[in-house]
Amino acid sequence: MEHVSLAPLSRVAICGGTHGNEMTGVYIVREMQRKKVSAAGSFSVTPVLTNPRAVDVCRRYTDKDLNRCFTDALLSSPVTDSTPYELKRAQELNAQLGPKGGKEAVDLLVDLHNTTANMGLCLIFYSLDWLTLHLLKYIQNKISSVPVRAIQLDIPLSDAYSLEAVGKHGFAIEVGPQPHGVLRADIFNVAKKAVDLTLEFIQEFNAGRTFEGGEVEAFTLVKSIDYPRDSSGEITAAIHPELQDNDFKLLRPGDPLFLSFSGETLIHEGEELYPFFINECAYYEKKVAFQLARKTTYSFPSVSVEKD
Amino acid sequence: MGQSEPRSQVSSLLSLTRQQQPRRGVLRKDAAAFKQRGWKLFHCRVSSFVGVHTPPRPSVLPGMSLHGSTARLSEARRVAIFGGTHGNEMSGVALVNLWIKNGADIQRRGADIKPFITNPRAVEKCVRYVDTDLNRAFTHENLSASGGDEFPYEVRRAQEINRMFGPKGSPEAYDVIFDLHNTTSNMGCTLILESSKDHFNLQMMNYIKKAISPASCLVLLNEHPLLKYSTSRSVAKHPVGLEVGPQPQGVLRSNIFEAMRVILKHALDFIELFNEGMEFPPCTVEVFRVSERIDYPRDANGNIIAMVHPNLQDCDWEPLNPGDPMFQTFDGKTIPYQGSCTVYPTFINEAAYYEKQQAFVTTRRETLAASGIRKA
Repeated sequence: MEHVSLAPLSRVAICGGTHGNEMTGVYIVREMQRKKVSAAGSFSVTPVLTNPRAVDVCRRYTDKDLNRCFTDALLSSPVTDSTPYELKRAQELNAQLGPKGGKEAVDLLVDLHNTTANMGLCLIFYSLDWLTLHLLKYIQNKISSVPVRAIQLDIPLSDAYSLEAVGKHGFAIEVGPQPHGVLRADIFNVAKKAVDLTLEFIQEFNAGRTFEGGEVEAFTLVKSIDYPRDSSGEITAAIHPELQDNDFKLLRPGDPLFLSFSGETLIHEGEELYPFFINECAYYEKKVAFQLARKTTYSFPSVSVEKD
Repeated sequence: MGQSEPRSQVSSLLSLTRQQQPRRGVLRKDAAAFKQRGWKLFHCRVSSFVGVHTPPRPSVLPGMSLHGSTARLSEARRVAIFGGTHGNEMSGVALVNLWIKNGADIQRRGADIKPFITNPRAVEKCVRYVDTDLNRAFTHENLSASGGDEFPYEVRRAQEINRMFGPKGSPEAYDVIFDLHNTTSNMGCTLILESSKDHFNLQMMNYIKKAISPASCLVLLNEHPLLKYSTSRSVAKHPVGLEVGPQPQGVLRSNIFEAMRVILKHALDFIELFNEGMEFPPCTVEVFRVSERIDYPRDANGNIIAMVHPNLQDCDWEPLNPGDPMFQTFDGKTIPYQGSCTVYPTFINEAAYYEKQQAFVTTRRETLAASGIRKA
């Protein structure tokens, strides 16, 4: 592939507390604020605690999930007294870090999350552009303590609902497993390393280094699977012990999915896919027991910063 | 849909255990080890017993008579199983709801066994509590307070539960209450004892430990005058806490659910055998006695400034020696444990305890003697 030149990055936002009980992001952002981090050489860095009310009460959200409020439609909806807190907050963040799709938006927005699922470290993107693919490769090459993977959500920008869609480039860093409301040192350390590596990459990129092209695998979301439920909507089975904690291990027809409370095993039927977000606490109310993805390999060219 | 064989009882507990790995001074770096977070099989170290070597004469409690070395106790007829005392601790919620719909598995001869959701509002919202922690609400002051429309929800609920299953401290109180809990700490299966003189409970716990062997179930004794708290189960004559982890709040893990189910099965079997007249000879039970609460280091505003150290995280019940890593600051600096002797930490990094100023509790190992017991 032919070499590509990209514009330098001048503004980066590091966000945490989008879900107020996902502690890693809360503490990484707080530490950056405490140390008054604002610049890293050739670009500015803004740490942002995105949902302070939810952080205060250590809950995912107070009225509505903030990380579902960033569709074009919701960002442009009129604000009244009865508008949920998180919807108003999303519009504030869009004004501060965006506007989404606009020229003034931050160059890169990184949003820190935790999951109760055993997903290691995942970078979650909407669009796999060259910069984000290079960042993924850079982080994968330098972190070996946990698996580092990419998840792609194949959704057009106008429908993209989460915070990272606001930046010109953006991704979520999702690290697990960690219970909500808990701060684990090992998870904190690996997430902080991923943030540091991101800033290091940008610094080197802006300084003119050429990053070699290559190939990287990503998991593209195909569908979500709910728990079996009874007629009153109560779940009747738990994730099967052989599926539990086996995020990204290929699921084949006949493999167990659920173990009902009465001891029956329910099995996977259909195509071979990769499960993830297995038993994520916050997804019970979204009717998701786990999600399924297809694996794709992407090639990307060498890149370097545009020279004037 | 596939139909599986009933899982062997011990295998569901064994699936929670793994080989104890060398821990002190070894940081887990590889991805496989990172993935296999779970229990550690706790190995008894006889040489480090801090305990009683001569069994003391058991003290006589009301309702108990000493006949030789076997205490005669009244039958355990009224039994309750509490779930949802904390609304986001899912195993107990799921088990109790299951048994309310179909109680066949918890029927035992000679006992009336009642499954009960103690905090339904918290369960509905999947939160620990609505106004105040129900499992701290059963103080004498709360239970005897009158008026009440303006009381916190959980205080009113405590009074109601005390009316239904107590009154606490009276002869009419339920004989046994099991209170089902989960923890984010890597505690495995833990039975919680509130009195070192409760020979009935000691014998039950001994029975359960033997029944599930080689899988392990440890006993935590909280008799500490300052750290002891007024639990929902304390309404009964014989309160038994059952704490299984690690499990995130709001999450239902199949292995944790099954482990709790198996422990309860053995507990109810014990009650049935006791009520049918079986004599349980004197025995000793190893317990971990709560000693001290250790909080996170905090700044002047009360914000935490360090995390449980990776070497201590998940190492519930393993010895913590003076000088061992205890906390790690956000910059990576290690803060060591500075106690005067080896302790056994537990409830390490429990989500609900950040607000209670507790990173973990220390315990001391002790051997308690239980007198023989038999139904009077």
